[in-house]
Amino acid sequence: MPTRSTDPSKPTAAKPSTNTAARVRGARQVDPRGPRFGAVITTVVLALILVLGPESGIALALLAIQTLVFAAGAVLGLGAQPYGWVFRRFVRPRLGPPAELEDQAPPRFAQAVGLAFALVGALGLLTGISAVFYVAIGAALAAAFLNAAFNICLGCEMYLIGKRLGLGKKVLTA
Amino acid sequence: MTGLIAVLVVLAAATAFGLWRKRSNGRFKQTHITSDSSTDNGPEFPALTADQLGEALGQRATLVEFTSAFCAPCRATRRVLDRVAADVAGVAVIEVDAETELDLTRELGILRTPTVLILDSVGTIHHRAAGEPRYADVVAALGAVIPDIADSHS
Repeated sequence: MPTRSTDPSKPTAAKPSTNTAARVRGARQVDPRGPRFGAVITTVVLALILVLGPESGIALALLAIQTLVFAAGAVLGLGAQPYGWVFRRFVRPRLGPPAELEDQAPPRFAQAVGLAFALVGALGLLTGISAVFYVAIGAALAAAFLNAAFNICLGCEMYLIGKRLGLGKKVLTA
Repeated sequence: MTGLIAVLVVLAAATAFGLWRKRSNGRFKQTHITSDSSTDNGPEFPALTADQLGEALGQRATLVEFTSAFCAPCRATRRVLDRVAADVAGVAVIEVDAETELDLTRELGILRTPTVLILDSVGTIHHRAAGEPRYADVVAALGAVIPDIADSHS
């Protein structure tokens, strides 16, 4: 086994990080008002879906759209998130520059959590198990509303609690 | 109708939680009671060592910040703590990644990031706050550890 000092192919500085924070640090920066704006739209859409109920075709269509929006933000990044695009195109030009930028990893992770809840909600809707639909969409609504109104990222907090419980050694981080 | 009730219940509960969180966020709570005020044989107040933290303790006090990957307010918190450390002599700031130090995170019962601990010169935890603390609150809480903070606070 080669020792660290004699193996030139493995400089210590290039040691792969096992720490998620370090891996996502330096990720793209975003205007924090973008995800917040998106959370307002998400809150309205999720509330509409709940009010319309699991029997409604419009609710199904809205849930399909919202699921795709979450998927775009989680999988492709916040740059591809439609509500973020609306913010950058129409809202941000009317606002001053942001006080500061923030890492896109937390809001992007929140999109992934939203996607999970939206998928469970859709499953409840498609299988006709209304309770699953109400609980999943209700939870997503709570998280979106807390983000919009209080700037609380519930998904981000669930991440650490999940880690503490030993869940998901490989969570979506990229 | 079920949906409308669900929406109202969710929004009411979330608002209550949000308001509570807003009030408690970044507020320091005392975790250490000085020996003269405690007469019971309660639990020992936990102390942390430089070994556990991976860095040397500050000469007079240490501000420990638990961070995680998906934590928007962690960077702002670090800036607040760095400002305090720059203004008060003998104070060190140590950042601990909650995910890589899961055992410590569990042991201390840390549920979210940022969580800031204020340690005295020997590592005893005196105060603790979850959420981004304000500069003045950090300095005020430090006063319990550094009695002459008014003199050393430039």
